[in-house]
Amino acid sequence: MRIELEKRAKVSTLFSVLSPFIAFALTIVFGGIMFALLGKSPVTALYSFFVEPLIEVWSLHELAIKAAPLILIGVGLSVCFRSNNWNIGAEGQFIMGAIAGSILPVVFYDWQSPLVLPLMMLFGMIGGALFAAIPAFLKAHMNTNEILTSLMLVYVAQLFLDWLVRGPWRNPQGMNFPETRTFGPDAILPEMLASGRTHWGFAFAIIAAVLVWFMMRYTLRGFEITVLGQSERAGRFAGFSSRKMIWFSMLFSGALAGLAGIAEVSGAIQQLRPVISPGYGFTAIIVAFLGRLNPLGIVAAGLVLALTYLGGEAAQLSIGVSDKVTRVFQGLLLFFVLSCDTLIHYRIRLVWERFAVAKTDEAH
Amino acid sequence: MGIEEGKEGGVPVKGQIASGPLLAVSKLTKLFGSFTACNAIDLHIEPGEIHALLGENGAGKSTLVKMLFGVLAPSAGEIIWQGENVRINSPGDARKLGIGMVFQHFSLFEALTVAENIALSMDRNVSLTRVAEEASRLSHVYGLPLDPNAHVADLSVGERQRIEIVRALLQNPQLIILDEPTSVLTPQEADRLFETLRKLKSEGRSVLYISHRLEEVQRLCDRATVLRHGKVTGACDPRAETPASLARMMVGSDVAVVTAEGTNTRGDVQLEARHLSVAARTPFAVSLKDVCLKVRSGEVLAIAGVAGNGQGELFDALSGEYTVADDNAVQIRQRPVGTKNINARRLIGAGFVPEERHGHAAVSTLSLSDNLVLARHRSDRRAFLGGGLLKIIRQGAVKAATKRISEAMDVRKSGEDPPAGSLSGGNLQKFIVGRELDRQPAVLVVNQPTWGVDAGAASRIRQALVDLARAGSAVLVISQDLDEIFEVATEIAVISEGRLSDPYPARELSREKIGLLMGGIHGEAGAAHAH
Amino acid sequence: MGIIEAILLSVITAATPLVLAAAGELVAERSGVLNLGVEGMMIMGAVSAFAATQITGSPYVGILAGVAAGLLFALFFGFLTLTLVANQVATGLALTLLGLGVSGMLGESFLGMQGIKLQPIAIPLLSEVPFLGPLLFRQDAIFYLSIAIVAGIHWFLFRSRAGLKLRAVGDSHASAHALGVDVIRIRYLAVLFGGACAGLAGAQLSLVYTPQWVENMSAGRGWIALALVVFASWRPWRVVAGGYLFGAVSISQLHAQAFGIGIPSQFLSSLPYVATIVVLILISHNRRMTLINTPASLGKPFVPER
Repeated sequence: MRIELEKRAKVSTLFSVLSPFIAFALTIVFGGIMFALLGKSPVTALYSFFVEPLIEVWSLHELAIKAAPLILIGVGLSVCFRSNNWNIGAEGQFIMGAIAGSILPVVFYDWQSPLVLPLMMLFGMIGGALFAAIPAFLKAHMNTNEILTSLMLVYVAQLFLDWLVRGPWRNPQGMNFPETRTFGPDAILPEMLASGRTHWGFAFAIIAAVLVWFMMRYTLRGFEITVLGQSERAGRFAGFSSRKMIWFSMLFSGALAGLAGIAEVSGAIQQLRPVISPGYGFTAIIVAFLGRLNPLGIVAAGLVLALTYLGGEAAQLSIGVSDKVTRVFQGLLLFFVLSCDTLIHYRIRLVWERFAVAKTDEAH
Repeated sequence: MGIEEGKEGGVPVKGQIASGPLLAVSKLTKLFGSFTACNAIDLHIEPGEIHALLGENGAGKSTLVKMLFGVLAPSAGEIIWQGENVRINSPGDARKLGIGMVFQHFSLFEALTVAENIALSMDRNVSLTRVAEEASRLSHVYGLPLDPNAHVADLSVGERQRIEIVRALLQNPQLIILDEPTSVLTPQEADRLFETLRKLKSEGRSVLYISHRLEEVQRLCDRATVLRHGKVTGACDPRAETPASLARMMVGSDVAVVTAEGTNTRGDVQLEARHLSVAARTPFAVSLKDVCLKVRSGEVLAIAGVAGNGQGELFDALSGEYTVADDNAVQIRQRPVGTKNINARRLIGAGFVPEERHGHAAVSTLSLSDNLVLARHRSDRRAFLGGGLLKIIRQGAVKAATKRISEAMDVRKSGEDPPAGSLSGGNLQKFIVGRELDRQPAVLVVNQPTWGVDAGAASRIRQALVDLARAGSAVLVISQDLDEIFEVATEIAVISEGRLSDPYPARELSREKIGLLMGGIHGEAGAAHAH
Repeated sequence: MGIIEAILLSVITAATPLVLAAAGELVAERSGVLNLGVEGMMIMGAVSAFAATQITGSPYVGILAGVAAGLLFALFFGFLTLTLVANQVATGLALTLLGLGVSGMLGESFLGMQGIKLQPIAIPLLSEVPFLGPLLFRQDAIFYLSIAIVAGIHWFLFRSRAGLKLRAVGDSHASAHALGVDVIRIRYLAVLFGGACAGLAGAQLSLVYTPQWVENMSAGRGWIALALVVFASWRPWRVVAGGYLFGAVSISQLHAQAFGIGIPSQFLSSLPYVATIVVLILISHNRRMTLINTPASLGKPFVPER
């Protein structure tokens, strides 16, 4: 048997909409099989993984808290990926944003002012953008592959954070625990709603998504991003500069990742620790693809992936499977998303070799 | 020959074949989805004949020969080789039968040597040294000089074609298929190719010669089969036909002749290059050397040349896609623009049409209206963009302009605003040219205006270029197609290895003279070497 | 054994997985496929090798399991990018994320277990040569394999007809297809070979380098291997040179940490990653050279018309 692809004359609108759903369904089927192999009832396990976290108000808040960084980073990455710049170091930019944003509450912890919080957010964005500027510079001016450099810098950022919280930034009153001071009240991102913990980071995420959606849909800048991503040569013909686009997309996504970092630290953790992210920067890559690089799709995808984090925790508690299952689900989801996207551009046909002779004789 | 069959090369193969056609094709059909590329084609080729396959771009010629060479699988129909019904599942099968192929867009590997390229088409494991020896011997016999150890990337288009031909000959084929072989050659190189083909014929081999050039088909071929829209529309002796009757068979109707009657009023110099030199950007590019040219309003300067002699680089420098260090080296409407980008040049009143439609002049996945924004977002900023610094694209205005251009150039499309990739080559090219004409540019630079375009669209585009110059614009046309050049040009210059010849008034030049200029010094040396 | 020998020995051990993974990726890239999932295939190799060794008690079964895991993941990659023509960059990332997830889950029950180390095999006579003997000829099977594989790749690419076809496919898949070369088949084989090598590299990590299972123990080595292929300009023996250079960097930072030379350990630990970036800059800033060396169809999808 052989699989043949036949290019569609036009992109299939139907499958553009359906493919993320098919991918999600396939992930659930495979997840069920996986649970069965682990000796758990697939129905119970899937229920506790995907439904349980959605039935209580507090866990909906947790969902929003986890979705916020995923959406923020994912929206930034969508601009990068659409313009054909492969920033996969958002995890590092997230960390550096968190560090830069924490300068005020950690180093100048005495300073109490309503200005602290906006400045922290600004510093966070600058920190993330500056860290993304390294692969941007190297790609734009030294012709160095941004995939490898941005990824390598993730390790550097993680080690740098580790050094800070064990070294110069360690809480002097913290019994030698590797963590900074807890942020003062002026440095904490407040809760959005009376009903629970969701902080303003979630609002940032939604605002960013809507703004980027507007930019991509209506403005010349969005057009430029699309054109340069499709064909650098056509972009040059239009007078767009791919070098400037490298800078723009990398700095933009870096800034959003940095904002996600400081929002997470200021809103959810309220201090720096050696590990501040369960891999948000990498999971956001999945979010971007599951959302089909569309900012509004990314909001939905961010919620889905946030659910896999909560589901992992819930499944660990209620049926005793490892929370590592989360990462497996995330990986599977991306795999299926990429497979299903084939349906948008191609018709897939299965060809059985033994019928091949018959096939040439009849005009199929 | 030699390696494949263990026989001596260059020996006539007469008498090996039973009487009857060498190849007969019956009701051969190829469908791509719902599109019928070849529709019940009948064709037969006799031993020792040069058979022409005539047809316009998109008539199904390439699809047909790909089926004969096993690259594409037929949807229906029969191929009969020397009286036997055969199925050709792969190029290997075709080679075993004795079919050789010279592709239009060569099937060569730039990073490999000539010998390695040849070895790749052999179905048995032969040492590279033996391949090289055989190749040298054959290239000597047929007057096709080649260095087996050269890297393909360093070779000219003509030399590359020789590799393809020698590669096909090494298999001792009884049928050689050549797909548009002269489209990349100078007239002199084409003459040499014809000699080689006649020698093959004299050895009893058959040649299937694919072309849309009527003049050479009449010179070379014994019989012709004509295709149109995937169907056979005629089989004839080309020498018994007139170019007009052949053209009618190809196109189905009379094609409007480009009229250039009347005199153009020459005005000031509108486009000028002054000692323009550009270093090669990539290892595979050509550098421009001291190029000087002037185009006045009312003139069409055509630049002839064989592909890969710096045409793309010249276009890049004139359009400003790649700027040059010396501001004065390029002047548009008497203003130095060498260091200015493409949009600055558009604002002065220049328009540009690059060679490659997909991925350069247009983005295939984007709609026609988006592709209008692509070229005109800066020059038509007031009309197309709103919202101040936000630069919001005014879809209404853009769509209206798209409609206007489509109507003016008779662009046939499915739906109001389809993706550029869904248009045929001719219709997309009409849109791309129309996109510039719609602005009435004072200067228009066009690279290969009708490359791969059907005759109807080509004639319309050429007429539009002539009319634009008549209306007082300066037009620069870069083209490999001599017919096109003679149809549109008022002056002609030739580019060879990045150098541009002096311009000549079109009436004073013959094809032979252009051919000599095209070959440059190297072409002459090559010719001397071959004899 | 002297201190210098000990250090060189540890450099070899650190370099072997890099050499193996990079050599396998080199073959895949020479055929025109960019598989960014090396890290994922490697970590799967590591966990599978460790688990199989624990269960059967034989590190050789472990090696086979590591190779099999690498092959399986490479097959996933091939199916997506070659059969379904999914984006190679994104699919490679997916492979890495999936590998990290699956290995974490599979390896959970093996955390903290005492591993079984793959024992060295002394080669008669040669191992008695002073200095070089203990260094090069009293090594484990994976080291010998790594050298044999690189030599084999060199012979295959530049001396064999199949290797010529593979290079041709990497240079222009359209031309290769027109000549009747089965582009997809060759790419599948190249990708699978890359997966096997990455799996073997992973096995080396959990059976030789540090015989135990630690989550994420590949620690970016798969990515460094990708950089090594660029560094080596797609030439097999240069992969060895680059691999040993990087091995030396990572060992020297470990020794520097042990001696406590006053630089924070985190800075020293980041040295291999920074070195990778520096090397990439040095190699790629010459655009012309990069263009000449890179397989021309690298990363470009291919759908044969039929």
